[in-house]
Amino acid sequence: MPLMPKTMTDTIKQLSNLLSEGKASSVELCKDYLDRIQRRNPTLNAFISVDADRTLIEARAADALRAAGQSGVLTGVPVAHKDIFCAEGWLTTCGSKMLSNFVSPYDAHVIEQFKAAGMPCLGKTNMDEFAMGSSNETSFYGPVRNPWDTERVPGGSSGGSAACVAARLAPAATGTDTGGSIRQPAALCGITGLKPTYGVVSRYGMIAFASSLDQAGPMAQTAEDCGLLLNVMAGFDTRDSTSLDRPKEDYTRSLNLPLAGLKIGLPREFFGSGLVGDTAKAVDAAIAQLHALGAQTVEVGLPNSKLSVAAYYVLAPAEASSNLSRFDGVRYGYRTPEYGDLTDMYEKTRAEGFGGEVKRRIMIGAYVLSHGYYDAYYIQAQKLRRLIANDFTDAFKQCDVILGPTAPSTAFRLGEKTADPVEMYLSDIYTIAVNLAGLPGMSLPCGFDAQGLPIGLQLIGNYFDEARMLGVAHQYQLATDWHTRTPQGI
Amino acid sequence: MLLSSEDVKRIAKLARIRVDNGEVTAYQAQLNGIFGLIEEMQAVDTAGIEPMSHAQDLFQRLRADTVSETDRRGDYQAIAPQTENGLYLVPKVIE
Repeated sequence: MPLMPKTMTDTIKQLSNLLSEGKASSVELCKDYLDRIQRRNPTLNAFISVDADRTLIEARAADALRAAGQSGVLTGVPVAHKDIFCAEGWLTTCGSKMLSNFVSPYDAHVIEQFKAAGMPCLGKTNMDEFAMGSSNETSFYGPVRNPWDTERVPGGSSGGSAACVAARLAPAATGTDTGGSIRQPAALCGITGLKPTYGVVSRYGMIAFASSLDQAGPMAQTAEDCGLLLNVMAGFDTRDSTSLDRPKEDYTRSLNLPLAGLKIGLPREFFGSGLVGDTAKAVDAAIAQLHALGAQTVEVGLPNSKLSVAAYYVLAPAEASSNLSRFDGVRYGYRTPEYGDLTDMYEKTRAEGFGGEVKRRIMIGAYVLSHGYYDAYYIQAQKLRRLIANDFTDAFKQCDVILGPTAPSTAFRLGEKTADPVEMYLSDIYTIAVNLAGLPGMSLPCGFDAQGLPIGLQLIGNYFDEARMLGVAHQYQLATDWHTRTPQGI
Repeated sequence: MLLSSEDVKRIAKLARIRVDNGEVTAYQAQLNGIFGLIEEMQAVDTAGIEPMSHAQDLFQRLRADTVSETDRRGDYQAIAPQTENGLYLVPKVIE
């Protein structure tokens, strides 16, 4: 049965309807996406691994389930997965030479959830190495290019997932967010991405960067799709000691809640001198739109948020130095070809297997945890973390949801910020505090700059308030069409 | 807090990452740049504030001490660089 080309811009929700109405099969959908990936990926480099045979086996199984009357709402809808999720039988590289030969012997919890939902995997997407980066330029597999302007970055670390959804190489993809790595690339690529409350999605099988900050989440075309996907991803898992055992909830339940009476907090620190130009204009226009929908805004303060980047670049590298100590050439992954003693093997394996940014962060981490510096740096950063989290708790006494820009600028050029690590770190200035506090946050498209590059609006919810946050985004997306725009020539 | 080249070499040792003499200066410059960012934290008085390691202030969940894993050593070792008789091989450590 022939498919209309327009299905390539169909949302998860629309694809689910097509499948349940018998207008398309999972095999047909997957073949179309795989064809697009084959044609467009050489330019965009959004995918590290594609395995059409494997995808179609899953698609056939999904179609069989549907024929047997055993399908669920998303059975047969394909997604792409960030290459940070261990998937059995798939090369799982985490964007690194260190894992360039690692075929995972097991599935991450997130992968298990998608398999249980009958959703085929379209491939593993490119990412900054070990999730460390804000531009997808640190990947061992080369940079990802922004579909809106291929001389520019897609953002990072989930740059491959963001680019793939923006170019409609997949209807949606999974990402992870430690300091902004779902939200910032979503903003730079003009798509919708959500990071849940810490503990909502299991980290089992998700290669660890900073364990107290990492969270997986959906990246899709709409807030509604993010809600549908979060329903698949969320859930208690005993194998993740930080996974939360909470009653199952439907994250799409508040999509249709009108915004009348909603109080939106605007942190004065997010609307200061750093917010300029077209980004400022687009965010202001979004605020006006939300007023028109019945919401009220109130100024709030997050006085300690300005130190969030500094605190993060102590805590995240510290945790990374511990998490990445397992990469030693002994049990899996890369081992240096020539070595003398064990120390030599470790030191060369790690020097050769890791890229520059990863090594920098491991070294920062080792230093701030070392004897004599632990209190001055690591403990001080933990205390700042408490202050930052407290600021949000206070702000949420005056408002229901917080709003601001996602990123300080639109997509920058490849190579523009690679000379100075600190300049790259400042890309996350609006997103990092949310990870430190463990709150849910999302980015959705709210306009374009003068060069046609997407601008993202960030929403931050209170703990476990994803459904309300998604509702605000959905109502905004019913009244606007930024999220439906696609790059030229896709 | 500015790092000396001796500091860089010491940290590299702690991190088990080989840093050649030719690379020390470059690392020193980059790491000092990052420390410039981190130093901003020191301006804040955090006396009396409890460190926060986790968003929900959880404590470690425990489980019953029963066997729950299956033996998948074969699968896990199939992808290892060097194994023999179920052991992972590394250069000899004990003389």
